[in-house]
Amino acid sequence: MKNRLLWPLLALVALLLLNLAVTPSFFALRMQDGHLYGGLVDVLKNGAPTLLIALGMTLVIATRGIDLSVGAVAAIAGAVTCVHIGTSGSAATAFAGMAIALVLCAALGLWNGFLVAGLGIQPIIATLVLMTAGRGVAMLVTEGQIVTVNNTAYRQVGAGFVVLPVSILIALLVLGLVAFVTRKTALGMLIEAVGVNPEASRLAGVRSRTIIWTVYVFAAVCAGIAGLMISSNVSAADANNAGLWIEMDAILAVVIGGTSLAGGRYSLTGTLLGALIIQTLTTTVYTIGVAPEVTLVFKAVVVIAVCLLQAPKARAALSFRKVAVSS
Amino acid sequence: MLKKITTVASVVLLSALTACGSGGGADTGSTPAGGTITMGFAQVGAESGWRTANTKSIQDEAKAAGIDLKFSDAQQKQENQIKAIRSYIQQKVSVIAFSPVVETGWDTVLLEAKRANIPVILTDRSIDSDDTSLYKTFLGSDFVEEGRKAGDWLVANASGPTNVVELQGTTGAAPAIDRKKGFEEKIASKPDIKVVASQTGDFTRSGGKQVMEAFLKSQPKIDVVYAHNDDMGLGAIEAIKAAGKVPGKDIKIITVDAVKDGMQALANGEINFIVECNPLLGKQLMDLTKKVVAGEQVPERVVTEEGTFTQEQAKAALPQRQY
Repeated sequence: MKNRLLWPLLALVALLLLNLAVTPSFFALRMQDGHLYGGLVDVLKNGAPTLLIALGMTLVIATRGIDLSVGAVAAIAGAVTCVHIGTSGSAATAFAGMAIALVLCAALGLWNGFLVAGLGIQPIIATLVLMTAGRGVAMLVTEGQIVTVNNTAYRQVGAGFVVLPVSILIALLVLGLVAFVTRKTALGMLIEAVGVNPEASRLAGVRSRTIIWTVYVFAAVCAGIAGLMISSNVSAADANNAGLWIEMDAILAVVIGGTSLAGGRYSLTGTLLGALIIQTLTTTVYTIGVAPEVTLVFKAVVVIAVCLLQAPKARAALSFRKVAVSS
Repeated sequence: MLKKITTVASVVLLSALTACGSGGGADTGSTPAGGTITMGFAQVGAESGWRTANTKSIQDEAKAAGIDLKFSDAQQKQENQIKAIRSYIQQKVSVIAFSPVVETGWDTVLLEAKRANIPVILTDRSIDSDDTSLYKTFLGSDFVEEGRKAGDWLVANASGPTNVVELQGTTGAAPAIDRKKGFEEKIASKPDIKVVASQTGDFTRSGGKQVMEAFLKSQPKIDVVYAHNDDMGLGAIEAIKAAGKVPGKDIKIITVDAVKDGMQALANGEINFIVECNPLLGKQLMDLTKKVVAGEQVPERVVTEEGTFTQEQAKAALPQRQY
């Protein structure tokens, strides 16, 4: 278990060291207007939405499912909240808007759960419905416009600071809660059991359907909170681009973290590392000045390297060569 | 049991979809001889305030001109746009108009349109193809000129060594390539002005903010931000404020577009100069369409009228800004 997390951790450290080598001031932290300011803080702030969505995704993947609709759900959350806030500057309106958005997201999660657990549709197909339709819904809500708001309370979610960025505090709080609920109770084990063999767990008395349903609702709520962060960060709802492709980043984070797409055993710490690696990678591209034309190739090479490092076969080949050289 | 329900559900869904498809096809096929002109328009997406103003102008002016408009939104993906153009060819519209997402890769689908005898009008963005017979005309802004205007202003207003960071648009998109080119052309005359970092912010606020945050940490001295659109500039403003600096004073900002949110920031003194890129080309497009359908000659290139705004001009222009 420890060994599985070692490689992602090394990859993260290597990326950070690369940044340090190119920009010696990368690790520099200072207080700015009462909050921490520096490259690492940016990684945490901008990585928070991916981390949150990846957390929900981890549990979904542990049940042998997948949720492709999270990006669209994130866009809907931002759209609904910004349209509700409108020109209002009051904190009460902002909180009401966020509450409405999250309830709506939970309902969307229920829909996904219904398709997967209720009708038994393949998760990748079931959530594809909302992935496509959801963006349309978000566009309808915003009428195709970018809705700009000016609300101090709403700004706090994605751009605010309590020494550290509020967004990462929220994400870590959710991580702590999930870790507590799934690891200190039997829930985590039940989720893994459903992922390994839903039928056997049902026969053993586990309510497989309820559990699957729950993880999809949880994933949608996580996506909703992430959507609020993304939209609040720039005080605007962009139905087209908010959370675009974030489902892929989230799945990648889960996989880099060592959770198998085949379901079963999952690692929350791994997901945390995975999300941080992905965000650090993006920041690295900007910091070291990779040309935009080769950015995607650069990212792909890093991701392939990380995945290879984790694959037992590739590692075996690597250590074999080492032995051969030293002898 | 469950399987049965799923099958029934999918059959219902499928038949509903086909019904929509045939419904859409039934009322088309009108030729210019039949009276009304049908136009298939494949829009890039709704990625910015500029684009939505552009969409609205086209929709309103089509209605005013009595042209039957079939509109599709490609959500910034070329494959969606190609699909939309193919479906317009099948529906036998009178004219196809579109703003290409990227510059290359259009030859095949435009050749299909040419073979079907459907004239094509490019709006706002051009394509990179050796075969100019693939489209009738290109109506839109001169992006290189926009870049030049931005460069001119900086050359006139910069004093001493000036470090510029550039927020590029979507990689491969015509406005990103041309606005970069025109800007570089002009600042080359003043060796003091240097572009120290340049990254894509994908024309979005989030992108602009994230890239600017990274620049502020990796670049020791930034004097000017040149953003390829207002939205990225607005994102950069947020990042500059979070770094404890004053946008418009400590770091000067030049953007392109002049959408309402951008003009507001310009009037507030947070942006220093905006080069206008006029999205209201609906009327010109409809006029061209009528001419093309009537078989009249049209020029190969029609440039939209646009200007520039300083902070004072923005204050004056803001009240009657439509978008």
